[in-house]
Amino acid sequence: MSIFEAILLTVITASTPLVIAALGELVTERSGVLNLGVEGMMIMGAVAAFAGAQTSGSPYVGIICGIAAGALFSLLFAFLTLTLVANQVATGLALTLLGLGASGMLGEPYVSVPGIRLEEIVVPILSDIPVIGHVLFRQDLIFYLSIALVIGVSWFLFRSRAGLKLRAIGDSHTSAHALGIGVIRTRYLAVMFGGACAGLAGAQLSLVYTPQWAENMSAGRGWITLALVVFASWRPWRVFAGGYLFGAVTILQLHAQAFGLGIPSQFLSMLPYAATIVVLIIISHNRRTTMINTPASLGKAFVPER
Amino acid sequence: MKKFALTLAASAAAIIGVASAAQAADKTKVCFVYVGSHTDGGYSQAHDLGRQQVQAEFGDKIETPYLENVPEGPDAERAIERLARSGCKLIFTTSFGFMDATVKVAAKFPKVKFEHGTGYKTGPNLATYNSRFYEGRYILGQIAAKTSKNHGAAYIASFPIPEVVMGINSFEQGARSVDPSFKLKVIWVNTWFDPGKEADAAKAMVDQGVDVLTQHTDTTAPMQVAEERGIHAFGQASDMIAAGPKAQLTAIVDTWGTYYSKRVHALLDGTWKSEQSWDGLKDGILKMAPYTNMPDDVKKMAEETEAKIKSGELHPFTGPINKQDGTPWLKAGEKADDGTLLGMNFYVEGVDDKLPAQ
Repeated sequence: MSIFEAILLTVITASTPLVIAALGELVTERSGVLNLGVEGMMIMGAVAAFAGAQTSGSPYVGIICGIAAGALFSLLFAFLTLTLVANQVATGLALTLLGLGASGMLGEPYVSVPGIRLEEIVVPILSDIPVIGHVLFRQDLIFYLSIALVIGVSWFLFRSRAGLKLRAIGDSHTSAHALGIGVIRTRYLAVMFGGACAGLAGAQLSLVYTPQWAENMSAGRGWITLALVVFASWRPWRVFAGGYLFGAVTILQLHAQAFGLGIPSQFLSMLPYAATIVVLIIISHNRRTTMINTPASLGKAFVPER
Repeated sequence: MKKFALTLAASAAAIIGVASAAQAADKTKVCFVYVGSHTDGGYSQAHDLGRQQVQAEFGDKIETPYLENVPEGPDAERAIERLARSGCKLIFTTSFGFMDATVKVAAKFPKVKFEHGTGYKTGPNLATYNSRFYEGRYILGQIAAKTSKNHGAAYIASFPIPEVVMGINSFEQGARSVDPSFKLKVIWVNTWFDPGKEADAAKAMVDQGVDVLTQHTDTTAPMQVAEERGIHAFGQASDMIAAGPKAQLTAIVDTWGTYYSKRVHALLDGTWKSEQSWDGLKDGILKMAPYTNMPDDVKKMAEETEAKIKSGELHPFTGPINKQDGTPWLKAGEKADDGTLLGMNFYVEGVDDKLPAQ
């Protein structure tokens, strides 16, 4: 295996959880709900996936547990913000704090227990293509799912009727409501989809990235995905590209150090965030793109009776 | 933010525990403050094992409440003060970042004894303690030089602070004592705790052909990578053999229990004095995990070096040693003093990295 392939493989592992969680958050935000609890949902997914895999002996059961945990945990957020109309920002932050604390408690029996790694699925024929075959077609299930999700979410949002309704709600919940679209119901589903994706991303952390359970092992990746959604200006394929850019910068800075290039590691660690700020400046500079992409109702509560 | 809430929850729980225990008995209270969780598998857990050892040794005579996940900053001061008010006779604050908070609280409570782990500020009722990790790292360096097929190793480093730089240098000194052409690559991850990033750093090093890894970060992720890729690695703070049964050569293990036990004895005897303690292999505060996955002659060499360090025959920083750029630092036979070690901000010859600006 060449160094080039080796780098690509690590970039994929580092980028996959970012892409998955950011896609989930993108759908949530497209419906007009801002859920800052991605970090909390991700870590709950990680602990549930690890526990599920340990208990059953199968990493696939772990994946299902991770997705379920993320979705259920997001349901708490949905209930508070959609039904009880609690402040979305505060509730999202609370969700992260609760998730970090609760996962630490639930995960206590699993500290320093050897993990179960999700095995690779080798796609016949395609995996024999030089370089690309090895990198793209000898991957774990979660990587394939991440690609399917990008295509699926993109299709759903821009090609399906349900996606059109979801975007309509995100842009103007009152108009959508007047047209008879179920605002609250759709938002519940969007939030839970976001939670399920965050849970899947968490499962990737504890079953693929580093097959182990450690408290706080998400280490801020949930926050990166929030930046990523803005960076991508709410577009699925840009989330994909952005996720890989963030992942590649992380990996390349480590290789740059190992090669002895004299770039300060702190500077390279900062790059993805600096890039986000630059993109924010660019998109907010151009009012038209901002208007087109940002869901207009983002973060606003919807109360049908008033 | 998250640390804050965790602490709130943790301190609330602990304070309730402390308060109810205070009315219970005439047991002497010895209290502990951890920066992480007591099951973090690394630094805080090592301290908690020490606490458990002391509790087991003294049994009914003492009780040992602890606070965990206490962030470094104003919250630490409140947490420590609560403990002081709740009747703790001796309080161990176990992280470098608790230093100033401990100093302030110690001044307010002259009758309570305080001990701060890995700091340098003392007071009449405030002692400090630390471990000479670098002694163990010298042995790791020697083993690495014997094990590596390409005369080099990689060092996954957290932050460019003196303790980390001292460890890198000591490792290189050990390696050069066996193989003068040994090159040590350093990779900075700028975190103490991020399993993913530590694993990525390990993978990057392995992909570039490194066959021995060592780390000064807190998780077992690099060991796990070493195991998967079939190379060797050293454990950090705890014996990490479970994560790398074939990979781990040895580990430097923090065993604070011996020190805690000595100090609790002193407290109960009334002989407790403020001191600056910096013990190492000799005193058992630092231990080497079993030497595994290596040929017998390498194991023998490691054991001999360990014995020499314990007897005082060998000091890892004994001249002649040049700085990285070749300028002389220590003359032949000269030993580095503790002050220089504790403030170390330069590399020795053979380290293949540019020290980041601090």
